[in-house]
Amino acid sequence: MPRPGFVLEVDRSTPPTLFWHGEGFRLEKLPTGSRVVYPPEPHEALDDPRGAIRHALANPLGTDPLAALLKPGMKLTICFDDVSLPLPPMQAPDIRQMVIEEVLDLAAQAGVDDVVLIAALALHRRMHDHELRHALGKRVYDAFAPHGLLLQHDAEDPDGMLHLGTTDQGEDVEMNKRAATSDLIVYVNINLVAMDGGHKSVATGLASYRSLRHHHNVRTMQHSKSFMDQHRSELHSSNWRMGRHIAAQGVKVFQIETTLNTDTFPPQMSFLQKREWEWTARDRAAFVAVSRSLERAPDRLKRSIFHSVKAPHRMTSVHAGEVEAVHAATTERVYAQQLVSVEGQTDVLTMGLPYISPYNVNSTMNPILVSCLGLGYFFNLYRGKPLVRQGGVVIMSHPTPWAFNPVHHPSYIDFFEQVLADTTDPVEIEAKYEQQYATDPWYIHLYRTGHAYHGVHPFYMWYWTAHALQHVGAVIVVGGEPRSVRRLGFKPASTMADALAMAEDVVGRDPSITHVHTPPLLMADVT
Amino acid sequence: VRALVFERSVPRYAAAMLASRLSPGGGARVGPLRLATDHDEPELPGGGWRRVRPRLSGICGSDLATIDGHSSRYFEPIVSFPFVPGHEVVGTLDDGSRVVIEPVLACAARGIDPPCPPCAAGDNGGCHNIAFGHLEPGLQTGFCESTGGGWSTGMVAHQSQIHPVPGDLSDEDAVMVEPAACAVHAVSSLGLTGGETVAVIGAGTLGLLCVAALAALPDAVRVMVAAKHPHQRDWARKLGAEVVVDPGELTRAVRRHRGAMFTGSSVAGGAEAIVDCVGSSDSLRSALEVAGHRATIALVGMPGSVQLDLTPLWHREIRLAGAYAYRHDTFPAAFDLVRRHGLGQLVSATYPLDRYADAVAHAAAAGRRGAVKIAFDLRDERPH
Repeated sequence: MPRPGFVLEVDRSTPPTLFWHGEGFRLEKLPTGSRVVYPPEPHEALDDPRGAIRHALANPLGTDPLAALLKPGMKLTICFDDVSLPLPPMQAPDIRQMVIEEVLDLAAQAGVDDVVLIAALALHRRMHDHELRHALGKRVYDAFAPHGLLLQHDAEDPDGMLHLGTTDQGEDVEMNKRAATSDLIVYVNINLVAMDGGHKSVATGLASYRSLRHHHNVRTMQHSKSFMDQHRSELHSSNWRMGRHIAAQGVKVFQIETTLNTDTFPPQMSFLQKREWEWTARDRAAFVAVSRSLERAPDRLKRSIFHSVKAPHRMTSVHAGEVEAVHAATTERVYAQQLVSVEGQTDVLTMGLPYISPYNVNSTMNPILVSCLGLGYFFNLYRGKPLVRQGGVVIMSHPTPWAFNPVHHPSYIDFFEQVLADTTDPVEIEAKYEQQYATDPWYIHLYRTGHAYHGVHPFYMWYWTAHALQHVGAVIVVGGEPRSVRRLGFKPASTMADALAMAEDVVGRDPSITHVHTPPLLMADVT
Repeated sequence: VRALVFERSVPRYAAAMLASRLSPGGGARVGPLRLATDHDEPELPGGGWRRVRPRLSGICGSDLATIDGHSSRYFEPIVSFPFVPGHEVVGTLDDGSRVVIEPVLACAARGIDPPCPPCAAGDNGGCHNIAFGHLEPGLQTGFCESTGGGWSTGMVAHQSQIHPVPGDLSDEDAVMVEPAACAVHAVSSLGLTGGETVAVIGAGTLGLLCVAALAALPDAVRVMVAAKHPHQRDWARKLGAEVVVDPGELTRAVRRHRGAMFTGSSVAGGAEAIVDCVGSSDSLRSALEVAGHRATIALVGMPGSVQLDLTPLWHREIRLAGAYAYRHDTFPAAFDLVRRHGLGQLVSATYPLDRYADAVAHAAAAGRRGAVKIAFDLRDERPH
C-alpha cells in the first residue's frame, strides 16, 4: 500500500535534503523548523493495462461504446498528446501506443478505412521521427507514416485550419480542419498533471494562434489560481467554452484519458524518489556515484544521459467517453496520486528544478524554461492557495545556463536577447512584442518545416509565470549563471544559505521555509 | 620640447608585438615609443606654418596599432621616423587662440601647387602626395617627422590644417572634433537617403561617433549597434541608436527588425548599410552576414590582414568601401556634432606624458575598463 505524502518538519537529526539542480543534484541542510513536503508514493499500476483500455472503450462514460460509434465509410481522426507528455518519456510500450492499437483494432473490425493520426502539437515543435516511433510503437508508425496518414498538427497551414465561429464570449474557435470535418475524433491523452486533458485537449492541442491567444495570455494566467485547479482556472474556463462550442458545431469527440503513477526514475536512480532518511547504503552509494560522474561529465554528455532516461511510470487508470465526464474521473485519480495536505502558507518556498520540462524533451533547458518550470509549473501545483504567501520569496535551484537549442527554440533566443533585455513585465511584453513574434515569417517557417516551437511560444512560457510574478516578492536562483538569472529579472545566489539570507531582506528575519520535494511530482492542497 | 617619440627599431618593434600579445597596449613599455624631455621642436617648414602648443591629444586606435606593432606594412612608405604620434589635437597658437588640427598632410601643407585632383576638390583625405613635397613622408601629422605630433609640448601645423575652436567648446569637446570628422565623413560616404537600416559594429570612440552622425542625418535611418560593453551600450542609446545589442546578437537582431528570413547564417534582406568600426575578420564576417543585397559596408576601423569568405559579397553584390579621414569641409559638421551632444563627455581619462605607458594601457583596454576616449593632457606639462 503506497504511503501518502506528508510534511516533515526539519530538526537537527534530519539529513540534508536532496534538491534537483538541472542535470545534477545538491544536498542542502535546511534550517531547523523548515518544512519539507514529500509526495505520495507511486500508486499501484493496473495489472492489465490493455484489458483496462478495452474495458474503457467498451464501457465509456456518457456515450456509446466506441465500437458502436465506428461505421464503415466514416472519417476517423485519432489525435494524441505530443512529446511534452509524459515526463520523462516512458518506457515502451508508451500509453499512446497501447491505446491507439486498441482503437485501431476496433476501427478495423468496424471496417473504417479512412483513418488519420494527428500529433496534437498546438504551437509546440514537430516531433522527430524517433519520438513518434516511441510514442506510437513500430507497428502503428509503419502502418501510417509511410502513407502520409500520420500527421503533425500545423496551426499555420492556411488550408489545414477551419474557423468554427466564436464562443459566447467572442473567442475565436479555429481548429485542425481534418479533425473538425471528421465523423469522429478520438483523442488520446496522458494526464500527467491536473491541468492536462478535458476540453483543453482539442481546444488547445488542435488550435491555432488565433484561437489560443484568447486563453494563452497574461490576464487569463493571472486569473487562474491555479491552472492545476480546473474550477479556479480561467485557462480552463476558456477551453471549456471552446470545447462546448466545438461540440455544438457537431464535432464529435471521443475522449480517452489515462493516468500514470509517479514511479519516475529507473532503479539506478531510485534514490531520487526516496525520503532521505530512508536511503539505504546502496542508495547512498548510487547517489555518490551518480553525482560524481555528473560533476565530471561535460554538459553535452550530461544532457544526453538524462534525456536517454525512460521512466518506468505505468498506467493507473483509463477512462473513455464524453469529455467532461471522463475528465472529472481522471482528475480525481490525478489528485489522489499527487495531492498532499499542507497547513498554512510559507514565507519562503524552495524548489529544486530538474533537467526537463514539457518543452525541452531531448533538448536544452534554457533560462526561459527554467523560469516557466519553477514559477509556472511548480508554483502552480497547488489547490486552495499558493504554498508561498503573497509577497513571499521563491528560491529555485538550477544552473540556468545561457544556453538554447537553436533548432527547437529559435524564437526563445530572440525573446531572451530582445524582449527580456527590455522588460520582464508580462503585461508590457504581451502588449509590445507578442504580435511581432507571433507573425514573424521566419519563426512560422521553422515551426512548419523544422522542429521549432512557434514564434509566440516563449511568450506563453513567460505568461505561465505571470501569476507567480504577481504574487511573490522576489525570486532567487541558487547556483544559476548570474547574467542569465539577472536577465530573467531574478537574483542569483551562490549557496542556499546566501539565498535564505537574501530572502530575509524581503520577508523579514526567521522566515518560515517550505521545500517542495521532487521528484516525483506533487500538488499541495493548501489550507 | 617634451615629446613621446616613436623611432624605427626592429628589435623594439618585435618586443612590442610580443608584449602586446600578453597585454594590449603593452608595446608602450618595451617598444619603440619613448619619452624625450629635450626633443627638438620641429622647424617651421615654410610660409603658412604655425607653432601649436597641444593642450589635449587623443589616443586613437591607429596609434595603438602602431605602438603594439600591429599596423600594416602598407604604411611604411607613408610615415617618416622618428615621429611624434598624436593626430587628435586641440592646441594653442602663439596668439593664444585655440585650434583643432586637421592632421592630413595634403598638397597645401606640402607646398605642392597645383594640388592633386582630390585636394583641388577639397577631398584632402584622398591626397596623392602624402609622401612628397617639402615634408618628409607622412599621411598625417602624428606620423611625419617634419611636423611633430600632439603627444608633445610643441608641434607645427600648416594654416590649411587649422580650425579655430569656438569659445563655447571645452578642450575635451575640441579633442573629439577630429574623430567626429572621421565619423561624419564615413556616414556621408554611405549615400543614405532616409529609411534605411544601418548596423554599426563596434562602439568604441569611432563607433559611438558614427552613431551620433547617423542620428544627426536629416533623413532618419534606423541605427542598430553591436556594442560589447555596458557603458558602450548606454552611450550608443544616448547618442541615438534605436537598437543596441551584444555583438553576438547582431545577426538575429537585424533579422528581427527587418522581418526577414535567414539563409544559412546570413540575413536574407538585411541592412542597407553597415559601418564596421572594428575592422577584424570577425567584424567583417558579421557585417557580411547582416548586409542586404547591394548593401554598403563602410570600413571605418583600421583593418589589417583579415581572413574572409567573400562569397556573400559576390553573391549579394555588397560594396565594401573604406572610409578614411574626411574632406576639409567636413569639419564644420564635426564641430556641430560635438556641440550637439557635448561629446567631450566621451573623454574618460587624461594622463600626463610621464605616464604614457599607463595611458596607452588604459586606451587599449578602454572598453573593458568602462572608458571611451583616453587623451594626454599637456596643459600643465613643462616644455622640457
